[in-house]
Amino acid sequence: MAYSDKVLDHYYNPRNVGSFDRADPLVGTGVVGAPECGDVMKLQIRVNPLTGLIEDAKFKTFGCGSAIASSSLATEWLKGKSVDEALDIKNTSIVEELCLPPVKVHCSVLAEDAIKAAIKDYQSKNSGAASVAEHATVGA
Amino acid sequence: MSDSVKLPIFMDNNSTTRCDPRVVEAMIPYFTEKYGNAASRNHSYGWEAEEAVEHAREQVGHLIGSSGKEIIFTSGATESNNLAIKGVASMYKKKGNHIITTAIEHKAVLDTCKRLERDGFEVTYLPVGQFGQVSPSQVAAAITDKTILVSVMAANNEIGTVEPLAAIGAICKERGVLFHTDAVQAVGKIPVDVEAMGIDLLSLTAHKVYGPKGIGALYVRRKNPRVRLDAIQDGGGHERGMRSGTLAVPLIVGLGAACELADKLRETEGQKLLSLRKRLSDAITAELTDVGLNGHPTERLPGNLNLSFAFVEGEAMMMGIKDVAVSSGSACTSASLEPSYVLQAIGVGDELAHSSIRFGLGRFTTEAEIDFVAKQVITAVNHLREMSPLYEMHKQGIDLSTVEWAGH
Repeated sequence: MAYSDKVLDHYYNPRNVGSFDRADPLVGTGVVGAPECGDVMKLQIRVNPLTGLIEDAKFKTFGCGSAIASSSLATEWLKGKSVDEALDIKNTSIVEELCLPPVKVHCSVLAEDAIKAAIKDYQSKNSGAASVAEHATVGA
Repeated sequence: MSDSVKLPIFMDNNSTTRCDPRVVEAMIPYFTEKYGNAASRNHSYGWEAEEAVEHAREQVGHLIGSSGKEIIFTSGATESNNLAIKGVASMYKKKGNHIITTAIEHKAVLDTCKRLERDGFEVTYLPVGQFGQVSPSQVAAAITDKTILVSVMAANNEIGTVEPLAAIGAICKERGVLFHTDAVQAVGKIPVDVEAMGIDLLSLTAHKVYGPKGIGALYVRRKNPRVRLDAIQDGGGHERGMRSGTLAVPLIVGLGAACELADKLRETEGQKLLSLRKRLSDAITAELTDVGLNGHPTERLPGNLNLSFAFVEGEAMMMGIKDVAVSSGSACTSASLEPSYVLQAIGVGDELAHSSIRFGLGRFTTEAEIDFVAKQVITAVNHLREMSPLYEMHKQGIDLSTVEWAGH
C-alpha cells in the first residue's frame, strides 16, 4: 500500500498548522481521539462575528499520515463556510478526496468528529445560534 | 563515493535480509545443473543433490553447536515452530498437557499455542520484565508435573532483547522438561550453542541470515535426551519421518552457505553493527529530546535499535522518512490495527507504542546510510512535533497522563 499523492502532499505541505487562543470567544476548539488509540486531533475554527462565517481554521494532529491529511483537508474546507455548512462536511467526502483505503476510513471519521466538536464548543461559548448583533458586542 | 547512498535504504533487517551474493552464487548450480531430487538413490543426479544437502546439514549444525544429523529442513521458522510445539505436544501428551512460553514470542509460537489450547492443552504465557527478559525463576515456578515443553525465544524480533537461555535450559534439564527455542533472530548474530544452553529443539530460518526466503530448519536433539516428534506433514517419511516432502535442494544449499558465512563473520560483524548502531543512536539523541529506547540497553541484538519518539506517531514518521525502510510498533502499521503486543508486554504504554520505530541494521548497512537516516529521522520528528497537539501540551507544561481524552 503506497501512500496517495494527496496524503503525501498534506504531510509535506500541511495547511493551517497552528493554534488559536482557546479563550477567544470567537474560537471553537475540538479535541478528539486519545493517545492510546494513536490518534489525537485538535481542530479550531475562528468565526467572523459580522458574517457568521468561519474565517480561519487551524489544526494539530498526532496520528498517521492519513489522519494528518484528513484534518489538514478539513481546515481547508472549513474556511469560508458558515457553521451550518461546516456541519454538513461528511467523512466520506474526505475519503474520496484523499483516496483513503478502507483501513484508513476511521481517520476521516475522526476529522468529521473534530469539526463537530469545534463547532459545538463555539456554539456553547456563544449560546447556540447567536445573532449577528450579539456577536458585534463581544470582544470589541 | 563513500558519501553517496543508494535509495531506498533498507534498515529493516529484523523483518528480512538481503540474500548475500555469495549465497546466491552457491545456489545457482542447483537450479540449472545439479537439479536432482535428493531422495533419488539410484543415479548421480540424486547422489550429488544428497551430498549437497548433507553438507548443508553440517553447515547449519556447526552454527548452533549440533551435529548435522540433528538438523531437519523445513519451509521456514513458522513451520519449524509449528512442528516443534505441535510435534512434542502430540508425542508426549500421555506424559502431560502443559506448555510454558512467554508473552512476547513470535506469532508462529503464540498462535500455535492458542491452537493447542483449543485442543485441550494448558499454556502458561509468562510475563516479561521492563526490558523484555523472562525470569528463569518464573519459568521454574511455572513447571508442574504435567509440563512437557518450555518454549522461549532466543532474542526478540521487535526490541532485540536477548533471553537467558542457558539459565532456562539448566532448569529444564533439572526438571526433565523439553526446551525449545525460536532462535530466528539470534543465530549468526550472537553465540547460540545447543549443548552449552541445554536446548532440545531450535527453530531457525535462512531469510534472517542473508539467505533465501522459503527455507528453515529445526534442530531436534538425538541424545540426552532423544527427542521424538509426531510429524505434522505426512508423505514419504523424509527427514527421519519428521517432515515429509521433497527437499528444496537449492534453498537448502543457500541456507547452508548463509550459516557458514554467518559463523565466520559473526564476531566482526557484531562489532561493526554495535558501532553503527551507536552512531545512529548518538546522532538522533544529540538533536532530539524525549526519545526512549525499548528493550534491554546492553543485552540486545547488535543490529537492533527500537526507539519511541514521544508525541509523534510511527506511521507518520515512516511516511516522513519515505526513502528509508524501517518498521513501527504503531497500530496504524499493523493489519489488525492493534499496537505492538511486545511493547505492551514490556509496559511501554500504548501511546509510546504508537510512537515507536524499529531500526534493523545489517551486514550491508554503511556509515553513509546511518548518517542519512539520522538526518531524515531528526527532520521528520521535528516536522511532526510542530504538528502535534501532544507536543504543544507538553511544551505548555501539561501532564498528558492527567488529561481526560474524548476517545472515539
